[in-house]
Parts: sequence; structure tokens; C-alpha cells
Amino acid sequence: MYLDADDVRSVKVLVVGPFGVGKTTYIGNISEIEPLQTEEEITEASVGYDDLSRTPEKTTTTVAMDFGRLTLSDELVLYVFGTPGQERFKEMWEELSRGALGALLIVDPERLDESFPVLDLVERFGLTYAVGVNHFEGTTTYPLDEVREALNLHPDTPVVACDVRDQKSALQALIALVQHLMSLLD
Amino acid sequence: MSDAHDSDPEVELTSALVPFFVITNGRALPPDQQYERTALVTAHQDTAATARTLAPEEQAIMDLVANRMLAVAEIAGRTHLPLGIVRILLAQLEESGLVLVRKPAPRADSKDRELLSAVLEGLKNIGA
Repeated sequence: MYLDADDVRSVKVLVVGPFGVGKTTYIGNISEIEPLQTEEEITEASVGYDDLSRTPEKTTTTVAMDFGRLTLSDELVLYVFGTPGQERFKEMWEELSRGALGALLIVDPERLDESFPVLDLVERFGLTYAVGVNHFEGTTTYPLDEVREALNLHPDTPVVACDVRDQKSALQALIALVQHLMSLLD
Repeated sequence: MSDAHDSDPEVELTSALVPFFVITNGRALPPDQQYERTALVTAHQDTAATARTLAPEEQAIMDLVANRMLAVAEIAGRTHLPLGIVRILLAQLEESGLVLVRKPAPRADSKDRELLSAVLEGLKNIGA
């Protein structure tokens, strides 16, 4: 027998950024459920880079990844996956980027240089993205144009201020991403 | 020499004490791309009719997906089992006809205007 499962659909968005930029806080703030973690194994080369004499051995590491859920309607569920920005997680990026709507890149304006490797991965995997500039209360807001320039972003790429601890602000960044995706269809 | 073969006393047990190959009956991972983390899983309505005895981990999954649809990632998160193990268990459960899996659209979701509109509307409703 068949349950009427065809009416429910899930979509995903990746929340990416350098270590410690606030991805976990962001997900915690927009998710309707207590954020969960998946544990997964990644393989990586374990031999030093200067050893050319033999095939690198592979070793397995377990990483924990945060994700959250937003029910958008009776038929639509959005999952938001925090995705570590290091090159060694590119195996996971491959799977995560498949079928993803796009990515929200969270940057710390004080440490913009740390965003470049992540930006590189986002572009390599062909993800459409928006940039959320995390700012904290009490700190001066960083001019968004300066961030755009420093990261050398395309003029159409949305750059929005995003307080990861504030639900409204966090949602607004996702909305900017989806609006951007729609504008690309015009 | 690589020290990859040495046992590491610092390794932290993050999961069950039962080796995973016992939980999964030694089964290998299902083919790549199956049970993608946003694939939605639900129990078949007439599961009571089945006679197969389930492993505790399989039962835990069945309990989670009874009367609702849950993403593969969420099943992994709630059972605290690694994603790979959950995938193997789901393959077994689907093979036994106990669960239905709704695979996500293969690709091009980001080019689906109707879908994007629905996402946008949903996000705005949450924020309102």
C-alpha cells in the first residue's frame, strides 16, 4: 500500500563559513527543532605531504555536523546544514551541495581573510550564495560595501547584515538568498 | 611509518558499544546517493502485519518515523547513529517493505521557480 508521501518535499540550504563564525548559533536560532548533529566518517590522506614514495594511506575521521529544520508549509520542509569550511571536508561538500538550493556564507568582518577558502569551495561546487555579515551588538557595523569589495564579490551577490543570534535577522539572510535565486531565473 | 594502525587511547566512544557491523548484520553501504540526508522516510501504515523481528536500532528508527515523515539526517541525529549506519539500516527496512522513502528531486531545485516561491513565502510567514 502507498502512503501519500508524494505531497511532502524537502529542500536544503547550506550554512557555510570559517570555524567559529557563528554557524551553530545561526542554525540554533532559525531551527524549529533543537539543532541536531549527524556523525559521519570522512577519509583523508594520513601520510605527510613530503612522502612521494608510496600511495598515501587513508585514515577515517568522524565529524559532527549541525543541522536544523524549518517547516515551511504542509508540503515543504527546509533543512539547513552547517557545513565546515575546510578543504578536507570536500567529500561532504560533494554530497551536501547536490540538490541544495544554495548557500549562505557567514563572515566575520574582522576576519574576512578566513572566508576565502570557504568561498572557494562554494564556487567550486557551483552553489549560488548570499553573504551574511555577522555583527554583534555594541560593535560598529561594518560597511557592507567594504565586505563586498574585500571578498571580490559579483555585484549581484547579496551581502546582508546578519546577527546570527537574532531570529529575524537570521531569517532575513535566508530570504535574501532565495530572492537572489529567483532573480537569476528572470 | 604511519601510526594509523596504532590504537589511540584518546579515542572517545561516541556511540554504542556494539560494533556497527553487528548492528548492520555486516551489510555494506547502499550505493552512493541513496538515502541522501534530506530524503524523507515514513513507516508503512500496515507495519503491524509484518512478522520480522527488528534489531533495537531498527525498532528505534521505526518508532521515529511512525505517523510522520522524517529526513534521513534527522533520523541519524535522533538515534545518535552515524549517517552511514542509518543508511544501511534504512536499506534493510525498505527492502522489508517497512518504510517508504521519498527521495529528494534529483537536481535543479534551485531552478524551480514554483518551489522557490513556496520557500520564500514560507520563510516570510515564519518571520512575520
